[in-house]
Amino acid sequence: MFAFIIRRLLQAAGVMLVVGLIAFSLFQYVGDPVSIMLGQDITDEDRLRLTRDLGLDQPFVIQFYHFIVNAVQGDFGISLRQGQKVSTMLLDRMPATLELSLAAAVIALVVGIPLGVFTALRREGWAANAVLAFSLLGVSLPTFLIGILLILVFSVHLGWLPSFGRGEVVKIGWWSTGLLTVSGWKHLVLPAITLSLFQLTLVLRLVRSEMLEVLRADYIKFARARGLTKRAIHFGHALKNTLVPVITITGLQLGGIIAFAIVTETVFQWPGMGLLFIQAVQFVDIPVMAAYLCLIALIFVMINLVVDLLYFAIDPRLRAGIGKVGGH
Amino acid sequence: MRRFLTTAFVAATVALSPALVSAKTFKWASQGDILTLDPHSQNEGLNIAANLYVYEPLISYDENFKLVPNLALSWEQVDPLTMRFKLRPNVKFHDGAPFTAEDVKFTFERAAAPSSNFKSYVNGVKEVKIIDPLTVDVITNGPNPVLLRQLPVLGMMSKSWSEKNKVTAPQNFKDGEETFAARNTNGTGPYKLKSREVDVRTVYVENQDWWNKANKKGNVTEIIYTPIKQNATRTAALLSGEVDFVLDPPAQDLNRLRQQATILDGNEYRTIFLGMDQERPELLYSNVKGKNPLQDKRVRQAMYQAIDIEAIKKAVMRGGSIPTGAMISPQVNGYTDQLGQRMAHDPAKAKALLIEAGYPDGFEITLDCPNNRYINDEAICQAIVAMWARAGINARLNAMPRATFFPKIQKRDTSVYMLGWGVPTFDALYSLQALVRTKAQGADGSWNLGSYSNPKVDALIDQIKTETDQAKRNKMIEQALAIHADDVGHIPLHDQIIPWAMKKNVNALHRADNRLVVDWVRID
Repeated sequence: MFAFIIRRLLQAAGVMLVVGLIAFSLFQYVGDPVSIMLGQDITDEDRLRLTRDLGLDQPFVIQFYHFIVNAVQGDFGISLRQGQKVSTMLLDRMPATLELSLAAAVIALVVGIPLGVFTALRREGWAANAVLAFSLLGVSLPTFLIGILLILVFSVHLGWLPSFGRGEVVKIGWWSTGLLTVSGWKHLVLPAITLSLFQLTLVLRLVRSEMLEVLRADYIKFARARGLTKRAIHFGHALKNTLVPVITITGLQLGGIIAFAIVTETVFQWPGMGLLFIQAVQFVDIPVMAAYLCLIALIFVMINLVVDLLYFAIDPRLRAGIGKVGGH
Repeated sequence: MRRFLTTAFVAATVALSPALVSAKTFKWASQGDILTLDPHSQNEGLNIAANLYVYEPLISYDENFKLVPNLALSWEQVDPLTMRFKLRPNVKFHDGAPFTAEDVKFTFERAAAPSSNFKSYVNGVKEVKIIDPLTVDVITNGPNPVLLRQLPVLGMMSKSWSEKNKVTAPQNFKDGEETFAARNTNGTGPYKLKSREVDVRTVYVENQDWWNKANKKGNVTEIIYTPIKQNATRTAALLSGEVDFVLDPPAQDLNRLRQQATILDGNEYRTIFLGMDQERPELLYSNVKGKNPLQDKRVRQAMYQAIDIEAIKKAVMRGGSIPTGAMISPQVNGYTDQLGQRMAHDPAKAKALLIEAGYPDGFEITLDCPNNRYINDEAICQAIVAMWARAGINARLNAMPRATFFPKIQKRDTSVYMLGWGVPTFDALYSLQALVRTKAQGADGSWNLGSYSNPKVDALIDQIKTETDQAKRNKMIEQALAIHADDVGHIPLHDQIIPWAMKKNVNALHRADNRLVVDWVRID
């Protein structure tokens, strides 16, 4: 078990180095921040000075080397757009993204699993088919369209919910939370729904198909023959067995939600890391872009590790064969 | 018991307070955020506008862009190189310190520091001499007729406050440290900073001790600025009432907004035009070998007259542009209606000119265009490409984001490019020097990326820089612009119209430099 974790951590470090290298080499082609920073009144002397100050005139390998050395110490430099330390900026914005992602994941699970069970048990009913048809919208409509639609209906026409921002936040240490204020909750509703829709559909259909398959299994038949109550069968045995792949998928999707809440954050002006990244790309704010990509790589790697460990925890078959099975 | 009484008292006061105090909160939004609160650190429109709520310059523009006194009561040219400013007495910074000549000298030196992005606004200033606590002499390297016009964006900072907080120089990106002035302010202006959450919300409150409070035109007591990047969300925020004013409403929502809100139309001081490489013996991005078609005036004129700018105004800009034949907008000193006249749209003549120049089958060329900088920039270029095709010029459109576009053209790695040029000094020299003059050092020809060069024009421009007789100078400006237009050194297109959107109960004054002056805003 221990060796397994160590091995995975080493792999993680390797992944991050490769991500950093690829990201950095891409930055050579995204443009030049100097002209944006100096605006219209730029002179050649100014441009050269700033290029030198930012270290952009050095060869790629040197720039990358400096970047890695600093990054390992947690110093990602300062943002070219706003002159703040990048690590501070990311830490400031992380609670917003995490809260949004977790809210979206919770909605996806809390609504998706029961609906999935419902549509599996009542396979032929009209309600189940209506839910399935509606869920198609979740996968086929792009996120920004859903977001703008919700804003149009709930903000502009009905005026029930706000259309942008995060509302009043309460700072607890370095974490700023919107969950302790009414306006924070109001602002969270629409973005969380928008972000969760795709996952919700995924979870719903996954639970449904897994459940249908499990319900056909022999041990379910024997349990029914034995006379166990429907509830005991469905929730005690069937559901538990369907949850294993659901957890794997949700875990992997959580990484995706966090990393790619970008679109939702842009639509709702949600002050998270995704919006920061988009603004950085437009401004060619290289330190922020590099730091963000490394952070996302780290999040994905950590989540994968946790999911794998959870997998072992849930499925007793794997616990026995840890030495042989290892990672996958 | 005491706690209960206190709470009850506070609650009662809060309940009654709307009746006692008419606080007018003004919420506004635009695409980007205020980049930094340091007034000399970033030369960007929104940043300058927001910092001028807190910091004030010596001289300001009124609504007609005439110079009016601000922190300087009066000024006189004591000799060709020295401008003496008499400062306004009894002005205090927000921290209580008095505004004196020391602060003026400090500000000029700070703006001229190597790490400052505001150097162009103190261009040509040799030194600032303190005569007495309320009088300064600004001494220039040579006679500078536009010195005064460089000053309306230069906010005065307090020397004592800056030294105390170690911000005597603007943001230095090399050191990688954030400076105190990026998040904290101390100015003399009508508003004080209340809070700043980067990329989320910046809040200003009224300065009760402002020296000019009695003459304040507007009635806004609190400003809340929020950036909203997404176009649809910005419109929705205005329609749902969450913001009172949007500086840059998306073009596709204007019709809808005209019904439900107020739209203020006005042109921007920015002219959009095309530049052409006239220096290289062979173009970089064309199929013509051995010669450069753009060096022939007939070809340039053909490209000009093939463009139907009225069609572009109708179809692409939806009426939101003012076609022009001049390189400057009407508010800029030096503009005349005659210069503003365009050469007629004449595709037949264009084709004839091309045949005459030796290109009966036309030629191929690449047009470089930004796609996220000017209003409908890429769409305008697409229309131009189609129009040129009819005249026989097969242009390939190369549209790219500003972050890659500007570095490319600044390296002069282009054959034909689109550019927009704003004139913050509202004087034609700013455009002539950067766009028309042959490249030399400093600002000369810094954006003349096609390397148009005419020695007669250069001579005129060099005289315009130092001529102090207004009438003579304006005549020279007119001459220079006329020669350049005759040469077809660039192809002017139009001045952008920049509509401002606001709720019906908001009254604001449109400005051609796209800056919202909040102390002029009245909320009914």
